[in-house]
Amino acid sequence: MTASAPALAPGYSIENENRTLWVYLEQRAGELEPVSLEILGKARELADQVGWPLVGLLCGSDVAHMAPQAGAAGADRVVVADDPLLRHFTVDAYAKVAYQAIAEARPSVFLAGATPNGRDLAGRLAVRLRTGLNADCTALSLDPATGLLTSEVTGFGGGVLALLEIPRCRPQMATVRPGVFPPAVLDKQRKADEIRLAVDLDPVTLWTRVVERQVGAQVDLTQAPILVCGGRGIDGDFASLRALAELFGGEVGATRPPVDQGFIERERQVGQTGVVCRPRVALALGISGAFHFVVGIEHAEIVVAVNNDPDAPIFDVADYGIVGDAAKVIPELVRLLRAEREAVHA
Amino acid sequence: MPELHTIVCVKVVPKPEEVRVDPETWRLVREGARSEVNPPDMNAMEIALRLKDRHGGRVTILSMGPAFFEPDLRTSLAMGADHICLLSDAAFAGADTLATTYTLAQAARKLERFDLVICGEESSDGATGQVPSGLAEWLDLPQLTLVTEVTLDRDGATVRGRRGIPGGFEILEVPMPAVLSVRTACNEPRFMDYRIKPWSEEPARLTTWTAADMGCEPAFIGQKGSPTIVAGLRQAESRARRRERLEGSPKQAAELLLERLKPYL
Ligand SMILES: Cc1cc2nc3c(=O)[nH]c(=O)nc-3n(C[C@H](O)[C@H](O)[C@H](O)COP(=O)(O)OP(=O)(O)OC[C@H]3O[C@@H](n4cnc5c(N)ncnc54)[C@H](O)[C@@H]3O)c2cc1C
Ligand SMILES: Nc1ncnc2c1ncn2[C@@H]1O[C@H](COP(=O)(O)O)[C@@H](O)[C@H]1O
Repeated sequence: MTASAPALAPGYSIENENRTLWVYLEQRAGELEPVSLEILGKARELADQVGWPLVGLLCGSDVAHMAPQAGAAGADRVVVADDPLLRHFTVDAYAKVAYQAIAEARPSVFLAGATPNGRDLAGRLAVRLRTGLNADCTALSLDPATGLLTSEVTGFGGGVLALLEIPRCRPQMATVRPGVFPPAVLDKQRKADEIRLAVDLDPVTLWTRVVERQVGAQVDLTQAPILVCGGRGIDGDFASLRALAELFGGEVGATRPPVDQGFIERERQVGQTGVVCRPRVALALGISGAFHFVVGIEHAEIVVAVNNDPDAPIFDVADYGIVGDAAKVIPELVRLLRAEREAVHA
Repeated sequence: MPELHTIVCVKVVPKPEEVRVDPETWRLVREGARSEVNPPDMNAMEIALRLKDRHGGRVTILSMGPAFFEPDLRTSLAMGADHICLLSDAAFAGADTLATTYTLAQAARKLERFDLVICGEESSDGATGQVPSGLAEWLDLPQLTLVTEVTLDRDGATVRGRRGIPGGFEILEVPMPAVLSVRTACNEPRFMDYRIKPWSEEPARLTTWTAADMGCEPAFIGQKGSPTIVAGLRQAESRARRRERLEGSPKQAAELLLERLKPYL
């Protein structure tokens, strides 16, 4: 590899920024990703506090029909980049288009979801724009006087919080962890202006070839109202958990050990390296309560723990605790819920 | 065809459970915390070593950090890699993602011709998974992130990776050289080979480069080259919970629980 040294071209800075907030609108199969609606909700709140316009950037092929939803979720303007070459997300094509839009508009803030594709895109853009990127943020605030964005990130497995700022370089970039902000409340009366971006992509300059892509019915734990989580202590009995989750109208989640042991799919892992959820109720069954797991259910309204060890740390972060054998408590819950359901249908 | 040359980016981190925040100064207290190789980087090493098992060639470990990284890097070397390149200079201190990726990219450029740069998914003590993309951007190379399996077409000079996406997977192909990141826990990293441990301890196995050695632009490294500042640190506090114990037989406890959950169901 014989690349020459990089040009140290500066991006733009606090001196020539435009005081606007931009949000990357991630979409899949014709719908906006939940995380994009979560960011729009938060960004609307910030935009109102500082009085700046909120702009959504929507890239893809045949995606313009999603712009009104972004408007209802709070965007004042939606910049639409529509091109057949953007049909599948590839970081090379999306980064080119997003860079072009950002370099032209010079927004003060650019936010994206900390999803696999959002991170790929933001990571490349930050270097191309020679700016900072606060990754996987769990809280955001914007100072009305200075226009400085403060992002909170967790480090060291979740035990430490850091507050990060980007004083001079622009845009102030951050990726936001899915599940931490509540989704925007949709207001159908709100309309966004749509702006078409002229896309100029040459297929020859694109690197990535999608050889195969299979997307089936997708579980999205971040949207589950009730989350029934099993740990090592349920001994692989996820069948009972599925029955329980079904009765509750919720989804099954897991800690890392049962996932590593192959008892359940990795996409159901909850926690630091899994999914962060905000259910109304999270049940932790046979789970010790390691920090790595607990960050995944921190935003639950109610946490329930069942563990046969009275000193398990999970009880310190639970609203209701049952000291006992999960294998005995789960069937009782299933029985009671079934009886209740039958009573309703009788 | 020239031999395969793979660079693996490895970081040494303090063990997460041994790091605290000083409540007075809000600074990280690393003293006394033992270090370890960033666990996801072991998965990256394993991918690189499997490619070496299959296609031959060599593996260079690339790391930016202070001299105390050395023992942990040598342990990684003894997994079956060929050389360590440690980027160590007081001027690198305080680097954020932009400065880190610039520095790693300068080193990759100075290293001999390479085919792949493989990173872990994220480092437990720092940024989160932004180094691989940033590095790819500085090098103006394609990237494949979060891959769980990697195959090479040496004739076509392409690399394919399987990548989990919500609800399924995709298989992507890019031309080499390319930058990869590997999904944490996607493989079982091999243990170090005790037979080559003495070899891995030899001074000649490790090269140290400073900023000047790599011709780094001073404005682009360390704290100076970092747009991000840490405005504050604090220990995460968990939200207050009711912590009510539900007593009795499993049946009684289950009944009490469902009563309490009623408003939320
Ligand atoms: C960098 C890193 C990232 C990580 N990311 C994650 C992550 O995203 N998500 C995650 O979950 N973990 C993660 N982990 C692992 C995490 O640290 C813990 O090891 C894990 O959460 C423990 O899972 P567990 O509670 O199921 O198992 P254990 O800690 O083994 O606990 C099992 C519990 O079950 C109880 N038990 C046993 N039998 C019964 C019974 N019959 N009835 C009731 N209770 C019973 C025991 O008392 C015990 O408390 C990560 C670790 C690292 C280092
Ligand atoms: N200082 C460093 N030296 C070498 N590799 C690094 C360094 N920092 C990050 N990396 C690599 O980049 C990956 C992602 O790190 P991060 O973006 O910091 O979460 C890690 O798993 C390493 O492979």
